[in-house]
Amino acid sequence: MSPSEQTHHFRRLVAIWTALSVVADVVFYFAVGPHVPPGAMTTSASGQQTDFIVLFMIALPVMLAVWVYMAYALIVWRGSGAGADDPEGGAKARGHLGIQVGWIATTTVIVLGVFVYGTVELIVPAGAGGGEGPSPIWTPASHDVLPIQVIGQQWQFTYRYPTFGGFETRQLMLPVDTPIAFHVTSLDVIHSFWAYQLGVKADANPSSDNIAFTTAKQLGAFTVRCSELCGLWHGAMYNFGRVLPKAQFFAWAQSTERQNAANTKLLPAFSYTYVPDANGADGGYYPDNVDPYSNVEQYGATTPSGK
Amino acid sequence: MGRGGRLTILGVLLAIAVGLVVFTVMAFIRSSPPTVDFTAGHQPGAPVDLTVQTVGSIGFGPHPTWVSYLTETPGGQWVHTTLWDLPAHTRVNVTVYQYDSGSPLRNQQFGQVTGTIGDRAMLNRKPFQVIDSNSGNGIAHTFSIPTLGISVPLYGDSSNANLCAQAPCTTKSPHNLVQFSFMTPGPGQYPWQCFVPCGLAYLYGNGGPMQTVGYMGGFLQVVA
Repeated sequence: MSPSEQTHHFRRLVAIWTALSVVADVVFYFAVGPHVPPGAMTTSASGQQTDFIVLFMIALPVMLAVWVYMAYALIVWRGSGAGADDPEGGAKARGHLGIQVGWIATTTVIVLGVFVYGTVELIVPAGAGGGEGPSPIWTPASHDVLPIQVIGQQWQFTYRYPTFGGFETRQLMLPVDTPIAFHVTSLDVIHSFWAYQLGVKADANPSSDNIAFTTAKQLGAFTVRCSELCGLWHGAMYNFGRVLPKAQFFAWAQSTERQNAANTKLLPAFSYTYVPDANGADGGYYPDNVDPYSNVEQYGATTPSGK
Repeated sequence: MGRGGRLTILGVLLAIAVGLVVFTVMAFIRSSPPTVDFTAGHQPGAPVDLTVQTVGSIGFGPHPTWVSYLTETPGGQWVHTTLWDLPAHTRVNVTVYQYDSGSPLRNQQFGQVTGTIGDRAMLNRKPFQVIDSNSGNGIAHTFSIPTLGISVPLYGDSSNANLCAQAPCTTKSPHNLVQFSFMTPGPGQYPWQCFVPCGLAYLYGNGGPMQTVGYMGGFLQVVA
């Protein structure tokens, strides 16, 4: 194949690939993009959706480059009929400086670019909805953050609202447009708090306060699931939550605070972690600093009334 | 017999042995307690009466020391099971004969009655909504259907009493009577469980009977 023919084929390949890539990316962005999980219910979910869209829009041209080249080779360079020349390739394809440099440069840019983009997106905004441990580095800019404690236990999540008298409930309600700090912990084994539509996922470890941030931007229902295999009823460890308008949320919180008042005063004082008793049916739900392996039942001595 | 023949026989015997092991393991895994059917002959709109008992030690079977629930069939027979067929959108009147001693809850949140009709239950024929698990006899078990938001704490008996240790227990033994009602949802399978870590000698109390269907957890099979 003469150099001019090579140039001709190369230009034609690039033209086909460019046209298909532009069409595929535009179609994907507008037709598929809005439906890419996990949606746009919160800032973190929205960020994750954007990341998936960006990664797909990078991956599509790469995939098309392979498919277009393969199809072009099959159609244009196929050997046809008896006695036809063998297609050129092999040794002649090696040692082409332009192709080698272009290949290495292109793949390097793509991989490093995705690496930098992915790393930045992992921390923006405010930890991207992932559990950041007890001392988060990336926090919301706002100081007006609503703390909600997520307590995992075999096999249900419960939720405490420390700014509303510390009541505990089995329903997760969130106000819209309010930065929220989920303080995730466990009373027994390792669970994982995964609110898929919120774009929030944080492991629930006993004696650990794992903090994740998000801000709800859309009203509606979402699902919470445990995503850490935690025993017999792990598959049933899910519940549903709702994002409410602010006024409706405050009405719900104040109403629930009143309804649960009799039980709230029996709960231990609010603490970011609790030390569970490992002695089986011997109880208890302890504020930190209580010996979990004590032979003596200490719960009664550490109830809120005793503090 | 040549070497090949001996190897063939050995291979066949090995295959039979492996097959028997797999069959035994699968038979064990697939075994489950019987299901009590409350749908047979049920008239639409009529409530269903579900009577169960909780015992501190079942007293028989492969795990005689485990705590357990038992269910009374419509025919009045006590069966060691936690699987029930119930009609959909029907009021279920639950009666629990509670024969076990109590302890503090790991999470006092489950000391509160939720999800029942009226968000209340009756303890020895007196209404209640909350039990302090850190006082008195504590909580023996809970009847909880997490996916339906239903949970009722079952007050414990005094550990100093002469408690029944051989199921099925009778009302001659010390017990508490807990009653409540709830509505079944649409058809589906709804797991239920106890939230007291009552699996003694297991880490965090959540092994053994807490992880075995037929003891401290089971299914409501709600049918149309």
